[in-house]
Parts: sequence; structure tokens; C-alpha cells
Amino acid sequence: MPRFDGKIFTIMTDRTDIFDSIATQVAPFNKKGVALTEATTFAGDLEWDSLTVMDFVAAIEDEFDIIITMNMQAEIETVGQLVDAVAKLKTA
Amino acid sequence: MTDAAATANDAHTPAETPAARDLFSKFDALIAEREALLATGVRDPFAIVMDEVKSPTQAVIKGKDTILLGTYNYMGMTFDPDVVAAGKKALDEFGAGTTGSRVLNGTYQGHAEVETALREFYGTSGAMVFSTGYQANLGVISTLAGKGDYVILDADSHASIYDGCFLGDAEIVRFRHNSVEDLAKRLARLPADALKLVVLEGVYSMLGDVAPLPEMVAAIRQHPNCMILVDEAHGMGFFGEHGRGVYEEQGVEADVDFVVGTFSKSVGTVGGFCVSNHPKFEILRLVCRPYVFTASLPPSVVATAATSIRKLMHAGEKRVHLWKNSKRLHKGLTDLGFTLGTKTPQSAIIAVILTDQRQAVAMWQTLLELGLYVNMARPPATPAGTFLLRCSLCAEHSDAQVEQIIGMFETAGKATGSIR
Repeated sequence: MPRFDGKIFTIMTDRTDIFDSIATQVAPFNKKGVALTEATTFAGDLEWDSLTVMDFVAAIEDEFDIIITMNMQAEIETVGQLVDAVAKLKTA
Repeated sequence: MTDAAATANDAHTPAETPAARDLFSKFDALIAEREALLATGVRDPFAIVMDEVKSPTQAVIKGKDTILLGTYNYMGMTFDPDVVAAGKKALDEFGAGTTGSRVLNGTYQGHAEVETALREFYGTSGAMVFSTGYQANLGVISTLAGKGDYVILDADSHASIYDGCFLGDAEIVRFRHNSVEDLAKRLARLPADALKLVVLEGVYSMLGDVAPLPEMVAAIRQHPNCMILVDEAHGMGFFGEHGRGVYEEQGVEADVDFVVGTFSKSVGTVGGFCVSNHPKFEILRLVCRPYVFTASLPPSVVATAATSIRKLMHAGEKRVHLWKNSKRLHKGLTDLGFTLGTKTPQSAIIAVILTDQRQAVAMWQTLLELGLYVNMARPPATPAGTFLLRCSLCAEHSDAQVEQIIGMFETAGKATGSIR
């Protein structure tokens, strides 16, 4: 049973940090000013087309110094899923 | 009787209940967009029929003599008398088709001959001919890069390159169009021991811009385990001393592992190929599904291709005239005030960028009524959501035709408000 010991706390903080960084990267592409939560979807809520997604993914990759392959991108639909993917790729 | 069978008689087909959802529902937005556009009275830009084709640069469309400026027939080989004669002879001697795969009954003397012509044209030890250029990319990319490998591609890559990625099992990484910096950054983030295929194009077909291959090759060679494939679909025939493509003109031949190309542009017929010096290249014939599981090209097609390729080896004068045409049209359209895909003429493709679909279609239709055919291109085929009229020049366009074309653009541009 996990407890809020030091390690878990670090992971929680990381997750919040990642969400905040992603929110910063979303902002320039968020033309409709949609309020961002973990459940926000890129295609549905933000109404991004494939070209916007490409620019955004490139920005995220550079921000975190990671690669999100197109194979992985196909599985990511929400902001929360992107936070999870970034957290995983950063520790890999 | 199952419930499904019991209720089957009550089921309605989508045709009976138009609002019902079925597998076509995802196309509803596109259907509505097209209907709205066509309701304005314009002709369908994607349903042109050439009733007669008189030469590489002239056709009859709906009874009107029309100059062709959107065919990719760069070297005008479609009506070359030697090419046509070779096709007729092969048709007589070998029949209409092979009815078989290259690895079974579908390799004739003509298929071997066109591969010999390609090896000589490219100066490589290996050449493999596919039934289309699309299948060449599909086959080579999906077969070379397997599970655990990486394909690194330019964001503006042709659909056949993307589809080659999707057909295979490799990890797909893309970089911003023609950005050496973006490519270098992504390569640096990939595992050093993973095998990688970097896919580039000599000429990008939408805007007609050329890749900075020496800078890209230098960035790639900083990293181990990378092979380089260059698609020269739009470069063959026109670029480089031997007409091999942009990679020859820019002097990176020694660093390119695979060149993919097509017979449906400068060569003037249909078909695709890959050439390489890799010692194990021949094994691809047995493991490449888009090569194995389809019928080979008809004998007449490979005969026309072989003749055309051999003539393209000595087409220096045609290349000079094609450059002259491309530069003249680029300058003419720039002077008229059109926004073009490239600031300077870089290839035989000149893309006119328009503001939206309505303006692009109006301009396209006005040009057609004046007797000029160009390609209309729209997202998602185009970069950055642009609407383009894409012009591709031919070495057979006369100086007078190019002047006539510029005059038609002036008339159509003013009539549609695209230029002042």
C-alpha cells in the first residue's frame, strides 16, 4: 500500500510540474481559451488538426528533451495521458 | 434462431434511413464541404477528364485546347517517338500484361532490362523495380525498418513515405520540414545502438523546395547506425550532371544508401524503383511484401521506361530548357504579385499560394476556362493548411507557351481578385 512518503511526494510534484509545463506549451495553440484539465482532449476539446498536433508535439519534445514517437502519439488523446507519457519518458 | 436473425427483417439499410450512422459517417463533413463548394457553380477540381492528349504540354478538356501545367511530365518523354515505338514493339512481342508477381511468372526480359538501365543511370550495383512509386516507398521503408528500429522522416514527407512507416513495425519519429537543427536534436535523443533509417526527399512536391542534403547528411553522420534514403521522385531527370537527382547535384552520392524514384514523372510512364550499392540488396526481392504480392508492370511499360531512362542520360539540353522555363515562370508570377512556395526558383514545381479554398477554386476554374490546367492542392496534402495551385513545367513547353501561361495568370488573378 503506497503512502505519502518522500518518494511518492517527489513523483506527485513531478507530475504537477509536468502538467504546468504542458499547460504553458498548450497556451499558444489554445485559440479558444479552453480551460485545461487532465481530461481535456486534444482533438475533441482543443479542436486541433494534425498540423497543430505536429507543432505541439515538437514543442513538448524540445521542452522535455524527449522523443514522442508517432506510434506513442496515436495512443495519447488527453492531457493526462500526455503527462503520464512524459513522466515515463523522462525516467526512461 | 438467434436474436440477430430474428430481427434481421426489421433492420433498415443506411440508404433507407439517411440519418443512420454507418462506416461512411466519418466522411460527412467532407461530403458537406464538397457539396457546398460545388453548389456555388464551380467545376470539381478533382474530376477532370482529358478527352484527348495531343502532346506532353497540350490536351483537350471538354472540347477546349488546354495547356498542361500540372502533369510532372518534366522531360516530356510521354510522346517521345523512340519511347512510344519501344512500347508498341513490346506490346506486340510480349502481350498486354504479365499476370504475375515479379518473383513468380512476372519477370520478363523487359523487367531485367529496365533494371539494367537503372543501374547504369544511377551507377549502382542494385536496382529493383516496383509497380508504382508509391509501392516502392511502401515496400522499402516497411521492409528495411523492423520492430525496434527507427524511421526518422521529414514532416512534409509524401503520403507514400508515411504509409510505408504505418505498414511497418518500426518506431516513427518526425522532424520539422527541412530543419537540420530539428533533425540533429531528434537523432541525439534516440538510443545510439538502435538501427535507424532517415528518409529525405530531394524536392518536396507541394512547394517545390529542395532539401539541404549536405547539411542533413553531416548531421546524420554524427550518429552511428543510420542509413539514409532519398526519394528523388521530383529530382530525377532534372538535377545533377547525370540527371540522378538533387543528391547528385548537391554532391552527397557517397553518403546516400538508397534512392527511391518513380517512372511516372520524368520517365513518362508508370512504375517505381529503388537503387542501392548495399551488398545484400537483392534479398529485398523475397521479403518485401509490396514487391512480392502484386502483379509486375506490363511489358510495354517497362520497355518505354528503359528507353526513356537511357535517353535521359543524354538530356542535358532538355534540362537547360526546363530550368529556363522554371525561372521565367517564377519571375513572371512573382512580378505579377503572386505569393509563391519558394522565394527563388528551386525546381520545376512552382506553387502559387492562395488565401482560401474559395479563391483557389475560383482561380483554378478561371485558368481552366482560359485554357490552362494546373493542380489544385488542399490540406491535408499541403503544408501548414495552405491552398495551392501547383504548376509543374515541362522541358517541352515552348518560350511562347510560358509567356502565354503568364498572361493567363494575369487575367485570372485580376478576375478573381487574387492580385491587383
